[in-house]
Amino acid sequence: MAVAVETQKTAALTGNEAAAQAMRQINPDVVAAYPITPQTEIVQLFSTFVSDGLVKTEFVAVESEHSAMSATVGAAAAGARAMTATSSQGLALMWEMLYIAAGMRVPVVMPMVNRALSSPINIHCDHSDSMGARDSGWLQIYSENAQEMYDNLIQAVRIAEHPDVLLPVMVTMDGFIISHGMENVELLPDRAVQDFVGEYHFPYPLLDVEHPKTLGPLALQDFYFEFKRQQAEAVHRAKNVILAVAEEYARISGRRYGFFEAYQMDDAEYAVVVLGSTAGTAKYVIDQLRQAGEKCGLVKIRVFRPFPGPELSELLSGLKALGILDRADTFSTQGGPLYLEVKAALYHALKRPKCINYIYGLGGRDIDPELIRQALMEIKDLGSEQADGVGPIVRYLGVRE
Amino acid sequence: MALPDLAKKPQRFTGGHRACAGCGFPVTIKIILQAAENPVVVGCATGCMEVTSTIYPYTAWRCSFIHTAFENAAATMSGVEAAYRSLKRQGKIDKDIDFIAFGGDGGTYDIGLQALSGAMERGHKLVYVCYNNQGYMNTGIQRSSATPRGANTTTTPAGTHLPGKPQYPKDLTAIMAAHGIPYAAQASMSHWNDLYRKAQKAFAVDGPAFLNVLSTCRLGWATAPEDTVDVAEGAVQCNVWPLFEVENGKWKLTFKPKKPLPVADWMKQQGRFKHLFQSDNTELLESIQRQVDEDWQRLLELCGE
Ligand SMILES: Cc1ncc(C[n+]2csc(CCOP(=O)(O)OP(=O)(O)O)c2C)c(N)n1
Ligand code: SF4
Ligand SMILES: [Mg+2]
Repeated sequence: MAVAVETQKTAALTGNEAAAQAMRQINPDVVAAYPITPQTEIVQLFSTFVSDGLVKTEFVAVESEHSAMSATVGAAAAGARAMTATSSQGLALMWEMLYIAAGMRVPVVMPMVNRALSSPINIHCDHSDSMGARDSGWLQIYSENAQEMYDNLIQAVRIAEHPDVLLPVMVTMDGFIISHGMENVELLPDRAVQDFVGEYHFPYPLLDVEHPKTLGPLALQDFYFEFKRQQAEAVHRAKNVILAVAEEYARISGRRYGFFEAYQMDDAEYAVVVLGSTAGTAKYVIDQLRQAGEKCGLVKIRVFRPFPGPELSELLSGLKALGILDRADTFSTQGGPLYLEVKAALYHALKRPKCINYIYGLGGRDIDPELIRQALMEIKDLGSEQADGVGPIVRYLGVRE
Repeated sequence: MALPDLAKKPQRFTGGHRACAGCGFPVTIKIILQAAENPVVVGCATGCMEVTSTIYPYTAWRCSFIHTAFENAAATMSGVEAAYRSLKRQGKIDKDIDFIAFGGDGGTYDIGLQALSGAMERGHKLVYVCYNNQGYMNTGIQRSSATPRGANTTTTPAGTHLPGKPQYPKDLTAIMAAHGIPYAAQASMSHWNDLYRKAQKAFAVDGPAFLNVLSTCRLGWATAPEDTVDVAEGAVQCNVWPLFEVENGKWKLTFKPKKPLPVADWMKQQGRFKHLFQSDNTELLESIQRQVDEDWQRLLELCGE
């Protein structure tokens, strides 16, 4: 197993290329997908793999994302490893089928390239699309860069298909910022990925015609609730599986993952919590502030579903102040989705930090180091003894007011 | 196929489902499944067929069955069929299997038309069956684009100003034939032998096939349970529902009424048209008859009759 670590190849790839390479190596039996910016490149690249005979995949160029997800669910239920990919409006059009995929417990894996939702139409990054699907029953893994996108996709297959889980997994990366930005990415040998993902097993494949099953029945007041209770339990069980798969992946890749990454948190007094590519910029700012003697840190959430509430609460308890950065709004006056989730997790903490929320970067608006520094300074002030009250809880960063 | 022989073939759709007594579609399902020589995987759209046959923990299906949503039976089965092709090509499966998607007229003519068109255009080897009961029955008898003109439905209620549904149904079978698929046909549950033969042909072609099968809804049409077959037969006999097939682009009539009945005779059999005969609707009834005659003439020409 350790062999793979040494035989990895470094390639300069965009996030989309890294995702397509992961898909080539996973080599699914069926891919059904529809193009949408900024995900399109994944579908196009994958089509060339099909045309050049580099994969065994049956590629279904469907007529919509609703059909993409329907066909992917059908293929996975038939007994085939099936994938699709989308962004933004495409995910919105899949909405109905997202819940059905999770409820039917089909272990579909989907790269999801984050893009704002209309209206107004906008092709650039924010997290409104995947955040809207946060309660659909899908597991959600967020990636900071192309390397993480690659690593997360490969691990997602094992997480989704684990018999304790059997749930679909969405792996996200920030549109354009990561999907179109080129970076060095370490690629495992094809063989290592094949061995890692193994053979696909769905417990009730439709194509096992000798043992016919009815999938997707009508379940009424007497049974529906038990289906949903089991689904909730599977999400709980996914936590252990995610960590076990990460451990195994570290052995073949040398790259280690958890529910989140704690950066400079050991002696931190105040911190920010972020998702995705913003973590890169924030780490740069924190390094600078640290040099100036500031006790600040960062938490980058990797696994948003299941949400690692107790683990996060343990890490954050005792901080003086915390700012949660959201690249999406809930339009509820209560703040962004990450903020609400982190704050809920902290409710039972012994020493709750003061918490504020920053909503930033909607529709691809740049988040530069200066904005993050400004936020961190506000958070620091909030944590100081003299601060009276919290001031506005939900703040908008980098917008004309 | 003689009727006693058909009766001896194993049933892949059992009794004990909860469709209304006298419902037409169970007959349609049984005949079509009996015509399949291979094991089958069935996909089904949301609608009366799905909700009456799979009430957990029971199922009426003795074959692999999947339901996901209302508008996507064709897309779901595209994925199932693609999985089959992939696994067969990889040598992971060697059996011959037939794939069937069932959708009601709502799930086919209306909300599912895009997914159906896509699946047919892509050429999946699958038989799509519209069990056409001319309305959204599961949700309480609303109009669809397959509902006949003049019918009383809960979204085209017969009132003092409007005498039921104002529009004619659209010709979906022709639309599917226009996709250039190898086989498209129109059939009726009342003509079991014709339906059986068409289903056999549909399974035999190397590509997509479409069957539009008139299947009485005794609740929505307001007919007696024992008249289910007669009313479907009436639609054929008055040319409201002609039986034909389009095989590799060639149109062929498969049944020609000796002396077509007046459409009004068929309508009088059903409560959904009752209001048209309670006051003077001569003009409307005449234009419906004219439309049916024109459609029939056009069909005869297409079929070279
Ligand atoms: C997206 C969506 N819209 C609406 C419905 C509600 N609905 C369920 S079945 C149905 C009508 C079904 O009509 P048809 O396809 O003709 O089947 P039938 O019940 O007549 O057999 C409707 C409107 C739904 N389940 N999903
Ligand atoms: S409402 Fe109509 S279609 Fe539905 S089960 Fe009853 S008779 Fe059949
Ligand atoms: Mg109907």
